[in-house]
Amino acid sequence: MATVAPASTASHAAPEPAPRRRRRREKTRWWLYVVLFLGLVAMVMPFVWMILGSFKTDAEIRQYPTEFLPRDPTVENYETLFGRLDFTTFFVNSIVVAVFVTLGNIVFCSMVGYALAKLEFRGKKLLFTLVLATLMVPGVVTFVPLFVLTANLGLVNSYPGLILPFLIAPIGVFLMRQFMLGLPDELIEAARIDGASEWRIFLRVIMPMCGPAVATLTILTFLGSWNNFLWPLVVATTEDMYTLPVALALYSVGQNAARYGLMMAGAVVVVVPVLAVFVLLQRYFVQGIALTGIK
Amino acid sequence: MTLTAWMFALPFVVLFVVFMAGPIVASLGMSFTDMTTRDLQTPFQVNIVGLDNYARLFQDPRFVRSLANTFTFVIVAVPLTMGLALVVALALDKGIRRFRTVFRVGYYAPVVTSIVAIAIVWRFILQPDGLLNGFLSLFGIQGPDWLQSTTWALPSLIMMAVWRNIGTLMVIFLAALQGVPREHHEAAMVDGANAWQRFWNITIPAMRPALLFAAVITGIGFLQFFEEPFVMTRGGPLDATLSTAMYTYQQFGFGNYAYASAASYVLFLAIVILSLIQFRFLGRKD
Repeated sequence: MATVAPASTASHAAPEPAPRRRRRREKTRWWLYVVLFLGLVAMVMPFVWMILGSFKTDAEIRQYPTEFLPRDPTVENYETLFGRLDFTTFFVNSIVVAVFVTLGNIVFCSMVGYALAKLEFRGKKLLFTLVLATLMVPGVVTFVPLFVLTANLGLVNSYPGLILPFLIAPIGVFLMRQFMLGLPDELIEAARIDGASEWRIFLRVIMPMCGPAVATLTILTFLGSWNNFLWPLVVATTEDMYTLPVALALYSVGQNAARYGLMMAGAVVVVVPVLAVFVLLQRYFVQGIALTGIK
Repeated sequence: MTLTAWMFALPFVVLFVVFMAGPIVASLGMSFTDMTTRDLQTPFQVNIVGLDNYARLFQDPRFVRSLANTFTFVIVAVPLTMGLALVVALALDKGIRRFRTVFRVGYYAPVVTSIVAIAIVWRFILQPDGLLNGFLSLFGIQGPDWLQSTTWALPSLIMMAVWRNIGTLMVIFLAALQGVPREHHEAAMVDGANAWQRFWNITIPAMRPALLFAAVITGIGFLQFFEEPFVMTRGGPLDATLSTAMYTYQQFGFGNYAYASAASYVLFLAIVILSLIQFRFLGRKD
């Protein structure tokens, strides 16, 4: 909290009298709120409209001029979605994939992160450089060879095919390494003197201190997997293997394309779970971005 | 010691080689061959054709168009996103105390959401009789059929991408603003510098690393521009929104594996070049 200097002492540094300055500052502040609020409306409006639209009938959405609130709200769209279009399966697929991808990243990125941060070994620098270099490679570069590989392993249209390529991520390694670098070496040395093995140190000393980093990694990875589109689109070839975004994208261009309310409800099913988690955990999200972003 | 360390690294290294480094190298190799769907089971028996795929790419007007679209998208959307995010971050950093969390959550919400779902909602917002044109009609403006117009389709996707990415940069800028030393501002104020001068001479230089970082990650992200045209326009109308990533995906779908790999490597090169340029211009002072 900044302390406000009394007007008498502030005035000699300022060219204009304090009351007028304060009034002017309050006016700017008022404008800031107006601008930020208008921006907020623009940011949130598509979500509001999506949720409201999911409770409308198609006729009502198409009617012009548009009415904002549903006249008589209906859950018919959701019934069709989970009944006839089988979004339950896609939901389960998305969750299964995201859970395994997240677990894999936590385990494998933590392990290699520990080696990179706290152990000395030959090839360490090279490994880290390679990991960082792949951060720049766009997803489309790998997907053709990945598809050939997946096809030859017989994994097309299977959970392993959806999951395996994402069990690790360079950004996860980077995150865990950076965090572990900040942990005190003394604890590790003390444990070594006590005769603990590296595995024991990793599991009992290091990992328990990595809470914030693991939380960030979990959020980012789960989210990335949940929203992932290109690879599932390529690998999931029959409906029973679709994830939510794939199902939604493919249904939205077929015969259901004109079914506005249905598509809105589909979007709600994809978006609202993560949105809810985000609102609850927003503090950690923001920390996570700052943690992975800068430094 | 080395052995134990490698035991920790091993699972990652195996997955990394098989599913990342390997495919990256393989993609480059593949781009010099004539591999198609029929070689799927025997990928090592393809013919080497040298740079043929690359030559063909640059003779294909659709590919050239896709590059032009992608670059237009990047050149317009990156500064726009950065500018708006900076405005929001400055506003949130200054004076605003109440509703701060609400603003932060609201501006960040689009970032965490699935772009496919969002694209579908935006498709309806951008209908000729959709929400946006309804809003414009309040001011007596007759809006276009955004996504069906060769003029407005790309700007529509840019608008959506800016909307979605402001949040990420806002958070990065907010973190950077907190690192701007207060004393510098106070000293400049005593010297009679106005708000604008302080912004240009103190805030911006102090934020240079964050601005560079933001420009690079947004540039890399936008060059890969795929989901929006896939869901909203399928690259149309008349290839007006065909992106390079979308073109690559289409060629892959036609079974032209080698050709698609070459296209993806052109995109990769573009990313490397763009990042180098950005480092040159924005990173100069470090």
